[in-house]
Amino acid sequence: MSGAQLSSPTTATTRRRGLYSERAFYALALLSIILPLAMLAIMLLGVLKNGGARLSWDFITSYPSRKADHAGILPGLVGSLYLMGLTALIALPLGVGAAIYLEEYGKQSRMSRLIEVNIANLAGVPSIVYGLLGLGLFVRILHFGRSLLAGASTLALLVLPMVVLVSREALRTVPRGLREAAFALGATQWQTIRQVVLPIAYPGILTGAILALSRAIGETAPLVVIGALTYITFVPDGVDAPFTALPIQIFNWVSRPQKAFIVDAAAGIVVLVLTMLILNGVAIYLRNRLQKRAS
Amino acid sequence: MRASETIAMTTGSPDSTRTATELRGVPPRGERLIEMALAGAGLLTVFTTVGILMVLAVESFEFLKQVGITALIFDTQWTPLFADKHFGLWPLLAGTALTSLIAIAVALPLGLLSAIFMSELASERARKILKPALEMLAGVPTIVYGYFALVVVTPLLQRVIPDLGGFNALSAGLVMGIMIMPLIASLTEDALYSVPRSLREAAYALGASKVPTILRVVVPAAMGGISASVILAVSRAVGETMIVAIAAGQEPHLTLDPRVPIETMTAYIVQVSLGDTPAGTLEYRTIFVVGTALFLLTFGMNVLSYRLSRRFRGAT
Amino acid sequence: MRPAVFQSTPPPRPSPVKLGVDQVRAWFGSHQVLHGIDMQIPEQSVTAIIGPSGCGKSTLIRSLNRMHELTEGARLEGRITLDGVDVYGKDVDPVLLRRRVGMVFQKPNPFPSMSIRDNVLAGLRLTRSLDRSRAAEITETALRGAALWDEVKDRLDTPGVSLSGGQQQRLCIARSLAVAPEVLLMDEPCSALDPVATSRIEDLIHTLKTTYTIVIVTHNMQQAARVSDYTAFLLTGELVEFSETNRLFTSPRDTRTEDYITGKFG
Repeated sequence: MSGAQLSSPTTATTRRRGLYSERAFYALALLSIILPLAMLAIMLLGVLKNGGARLSWDFITSYPSRKADHAGILPGLVGSLYLMGLTALIALPLGVGAAIYLEEYGKQSRMSRLIEVNIANLAGVPSIVYGLLGLGLFVRILHFGRSLLAGASTLALLVLPMVVLVSREALRTVPRGLREAAFALGATQWQTIRQVVLPIAYPGILTGAILALSRAIGETAPLVVIGALTYITFVPDGVDAPFTALPIQIFNWVSRPQKAFIVDAAAGIVVLVLTMLILNGVAIYLRNRLQKRAS
Repeated sequence: MRASETIAMTTGSPDSTRTATELRGVPPRGERLIEMALAGAGLLTVFTTVGILMVLAVESFEFLKQVGITALIFDTQWTPLFADKHFGLWPLLAGTALTSLIAIAVALPLGLLSAIFMSELASERARKILKPALEMLAGVPTIVYGYFALVVVTPLLQRVIPDLGGFNALSAGLVMGIMIMPLIASLTEDALYSVPRSLREAAYALGASKVPTILRVVVPAAMGGISASVILAVSRAVGETMIVAIAAGQEPHLTLDPRVPIETMTAYIVQVSLGDTPAGTLEYRTIFVVGTALFLLTFGMNVLSYRLSRRFRGAT
Repeated sequence: MRPAVFQSTPPPRPSPVKLGVDQVRAWFGSHQVLHGIDMQIPEQSVTAIIGPSGCGKSTLIRSLNRMHELTEGARLEGRITLDGVDVYGKDVDPVLLRRRVGMVFQKPNPFPSMSIRDNVLAGLRLTRSLDRSRAAEITETALRGAALWDEVKDRLDTPGVSLSGGQQQRLCIARSLAVAPEVLLMDEPCSALDPVATSRIEDLIHTLKTTYTIVIVTHNMQQAARVSDYTAFLLTGELVEFSETNRLFTSPRDTRTEDYITGKFG
């Protein structure tokens, strides 16, 4: 028990009144943590049971169809992967750049205070509101249309606060003494960041960024709002092409009354969750490997 | 040219010909440019906020010019997509409030108790397994929860509550509660963790046993942080979209009956987005009006939560 | 109370003044840590700064290469000169100053992502590109200068952090030497080392002073007595006494100095 031996009176051998209720409380607390986890297990197993049989190479390589048992997830899967790559391309430079500014340059300036408060705020804005921003700004004002680019830009703004957060945490793990050592050698601020700080912080930044992106891949609401298509029989061929995404496709299927489409939705969820698991696995693998190399 | 470039290292001695003036110099221009670019990346996040405010304000303003604010506040029906249009926000607000309340009713006890378990009762080893497991719960895409609510929970509940609709606030709220429970658990755990050890020891020294110490000393001391976590969770529930869009229905009713289909603010935005609503029409603008209400609500709660957690941190 | 400071510039000075410290006052936020320090540090000699912890000796040495100002809320007034030029002057670039005034820190801090060789060359690589033959030459000279060459010449590509603590500290010295500074500042360089490693560093300081002007902060009076030519005694941000090391330890002019070196406090 975490340090409780020191003072925990429950180790007393004398029988006390209330010991019974103490056990009950312990059980209740344990139950309240097991219950949601059990539900998670039931949920995932249920999805697997319902959609597992539907899962096949055909399902992954086919286009959606009006007939449930011919429908496939290809445009959604490809769309999601494109979206993720494009989102990374936009969000990573911006997020890491902002983090470097806040950690290494800004410190106490008024501007960095403003940016900091603002990022904290953005992190709490519902994702569907980002969808409205994307619709108003990217789709309409900037004329991206209902395209991959509009979707990725929207998702990039959505994950930006998280990318900034994890990057700042990674930068903070770099000991101050190393920065001082570089400065004492006559390195400029950027030379210090580029050659001393970033090489050490980079595994943490990368891991955090992948986790942020894997969250983005499950986002549905903002993409619905900017108008990702729900029925699409081609794979997008450019950043200005209309697109769909895994969760959009699943949403479309789950909204149909026919039982067979619900099965398709379950199979789609399996694909989505697997994609996320693979991403998380890659993040953990990279972190372990890079950390080993650094130490 | 940097001063030391010409030094003959082989002699191992600094060059005595260097003059003092070599200290003078301006930092290379690249340095300044890089700093400005990085600051620009930071400022872009500020422009995001400005963008959100502007997009919401412009469309809402156009809407108010056409319809007026009285309709929003004093009408009790929300039917912008029908021929007989009404624009009373109350049904959507009621739907959002209902699902959020059910969610919190589930998430609060579960989150609070599991936080107590992890911070006060669990062994280090159990904690190391349970904490990431709870984080996993928070990482599942909301569309999966939506599926679960509609396909699994609703049919299950219908066996107990025969007149439960196929779409209803109850099952959406329950599942949403499970989804936001890890948020309460993790923030509450932080709050409990920051309660000084000496306080617990003082209680033990008085002969109090573990559970009363937790409930009467530790939890009250962490109340600020706990309230902050609950408010943040409510804000998350209010903004949650896919679960309610899938499982709670698309019928804006001014009701607190959890058995019937309702519509939340977020679900309405999804409903309109799925349809074919041209930009510039009144229907199109309604989603920005609803979005504004949603933004203001969640923003207010986030600020409140931030203030509470700050005040409480200052106190300990 | 503001006690009189015995301002004794060490008489017959063999070498000209390298670093001048003139009425230097320093703050962290609203907390003043240095209250008007005056010192003339002679060229090619070792000057030790001693005093109890919190007396401001680290702040003083960090103000000499303008590292003090990197700390948030840090502020400084007064004049510090290098070869007569105000290093806090308007058009002085601290980056150029630090290439002439090197620094070794309390805890050895080789760059963890770099090999021994890359650590030595870090200061040069950070700031410009280097061709290979010159890089090899500088690596050897700097490592020899830091008395580390014989121990590491066969494993220059292993990580710098794989060395022992004492070796790491000498690597950090080599890293500073590679930039070819004129002054070497050492902020308690032996406080994290064992006695054997400490004595090697002290030997090294003896050799280095023929070439460099060395300023060393130490909380260890014996060390100051062993390695330095001049010693400054700081107490709560004031310079109590500054004179030749021999004289300061044998016939201190201030009773507070005497109390300190005889171990009555600190």
